[in-house]
Amino acid sequence: MPSLSKPLSPWRRITNVAFIGLSALASVLVLAPLVAIFGYLLYKGIGSINLAFLTKIPKPVGESGGGMANAIIGSVMILGLGSIFGVPLGIGAGIYLAEFGHGKLVTLVRFTADVLNGVPSIVVGIAAYTMVVLPQQHFSAFAGGVALGIMMVPTIARTTEEMLLMVPNTIREAALGLGIPQWRATLQVTLRTASKGVITGCMLAFARVAGETAPLLFTAFGNQFWNVNPNQPTAALPIQIFSYAISPFDEWHKQAWAGALILIVLIVAAVSAVRIVTSRGTMANNA
Amino acid sequence: MSTPTESDLPRLLRIDTHVATAADNAAVERAELPVVPRIVLHSSPISKWLDWVFRNLLLLCSLSVLGVMGIIFYELTSRSKLSIAKFGLHFFTGQTWDPVAGDFGALPFIYGTLLSSVVALLLAVPLAVGVAIFVTELCPRMLRGVISFTVELLAAIPSVIYGLWGIFVLVPILRLQVQPWLSKYGAWTGLFTGPAYGIGMLAAGIILAIMIVPIIASITREVLVAVPQSQREAVLALGATRWEMVRMAVLRNARAGIMGGIILGLGRAIGETMAVTMLIGNRPEIAKSLFAPGYTMASVIANEFSEATDDLYLSALVEIGLALLIVTVIVNACARLLVWSITRGSSVRSHA
Repeated sequence: MPSLSKPLSPWRRITNVAFIGLSALASVLVLAPLVAIFGYLLYKGIGSINLAFLTKIPKPVGESGGGMANAIIGSVMILGLGSIFGVPLGIGAGIYLAEFGHGKLVTLVRFTADVLNGVPSIVVGIAAYTMVVLPQQHFSAFAGGVALGIMMVPTIARTTEEMLLMVPNTIREAALGLGIPQWRATLQVTLRTASKGVITGCMLAFARVAGETAPLLFTAFGNQFWNVNPNQPTAALPIQIFSYAISPFDEWHKQAWAGALILIVLIVAAVSAVRIVTSRGTMANNA
Repeated sequence: MSTPTESDLPRLLRIDTHVATAADNAAVERAELPVVPRIVLHSSPISKWLDWVFRNLLLLCSLSVLGVMGIIFYELTSRSKLSIAKFGLHFFTGQTWDPVAGDFGALPFIYGTLLSSVVALLLAVPLAVGVAIFVTELCPRMLRGVISFTVELLAAIPSVIYGLWGIFVLVPILRLQVQPWLSKYGAWTGLFTGPAYGIGMLAAGIILAIMIVPIIASITREVLVAVPQSQREAVLALGATRWEMVRMAVLRNARAGIMGGIILGLGRAIGETMAVTMLIGNRPEIAKSLFAPGYTMASVIANEFSEATDDLYLSALVEIGLALLIVTVIVNACARLLVWSITRGSSVRSHA
């Protein structure tokens, strides 16, 4: 009996191979900059990091030495303020979307959150400037915190919602069936079941705003000296990297690389932690 | 004491499901019915009140999302009134940007934003779609996780670090290797003429492309995964090759979602600030050549906002911010609707 399958025509064979080759090539081209950036960052950054960098404040132009200790502390302070504003609001909004979520209002909130996520960070910076800096008449870490907090809300709200929706309804019913009031059932049973996912969302939002520079330029503003008062202009790692990178001094370029390395290590650590936690299949076990 | 019989059941059930009042209890006692232990749970007023508070607090949280959006709009509109009143629509067609003379036209910035975004999209879209197809349809399972994790990392690098890398690595490469080659073979297009500074529209476009690839790739991947497996199997069963399967079954079903991803990438490119500010050259000129320095809407705000001393100057910058806000809101709304229409039902992850 003759075989039913005809050999592929050469044209079809060639386009198929070409297509597979091209998409593999695309992957290589996308991964290349990542390798290049990380490689160069490590190469330049490790050479410039020393104890002084982590413990000293910037020296004036022309003097060598000095560091970014004030910027590291400032970043921690601004990010802390941002999280204080953004995390409760985001989680609260996410719970509402998931637990009481029906009707037009919820769709509107969901949609607005997604659109807000795409609003350029510099525009959020302008809003924080006109809301906080103009009435106060001075730049402050607080204003920077407001800007970053606003940027965290939509991400946290949407991931919290998603994670809560993965919690099976039987768990909610079991809690309510015991006679527990709704607020305790939601907080202590539903939210707790989804807590790993919710934390993941918060970490992702945190990692995203940790490197933001644009909204801090005219809210936290930067500062060459020590400052731990949230009501004063405050240095931040990304701003410091930016102003050193565009400066003409070699010494400052080195410091910019060191700062960048520290920033990226913090962010990659956060993202990898998230990845490890989520890839353990927590949600699958619960379901 | 007698045990309840089956005929008592409806009554017993009724008692369990509704809160007994004093009148009910009295009625039951009068009827001398068999005494059945009954437990009726009342929720205490405090816990009812707490539930009400809890629910409304959460409502407030979710309304805050709408509130923030509203406040941003309100603040930007009210602070740009001065410039809107003075220049009107001429603001978007004027080519001079002279803070000293108080004459502001935003056309060079709009042009710079559009051109750098278009360059970025042209470079990023084929790569991003290629990666997404490779990851979902072609590559071995082992590589799948590694590649998508690496692409995610690309999205996690802060803009300012892209800028730093751009200044010290990308720009020298462009100036010494890429631009001489381009001007030798591509000068006839008019796009690759003029002195090769390295810094300029081309550098900004390339760095933007690297930055928006992860967004487009992750959404495309999501949309491709949402294409039902049966579609692929049907096409493969007809004897299609891999490429034909992807073209006929996958891409055709997913094109609206991919379009959504591309538009979302465009939105990110339009609003991207730091890396572009560090690489584009910051000169408010309209030039056809990609080698020439330019300026974008976001970077003029970043550079000049804290120096803007008089009210009109500040107001003009805020108006640029307002325009940026309106454009990105429209772009994102369109993109979200497209992506939602495809992945509706399956989860829509936020792309941080």
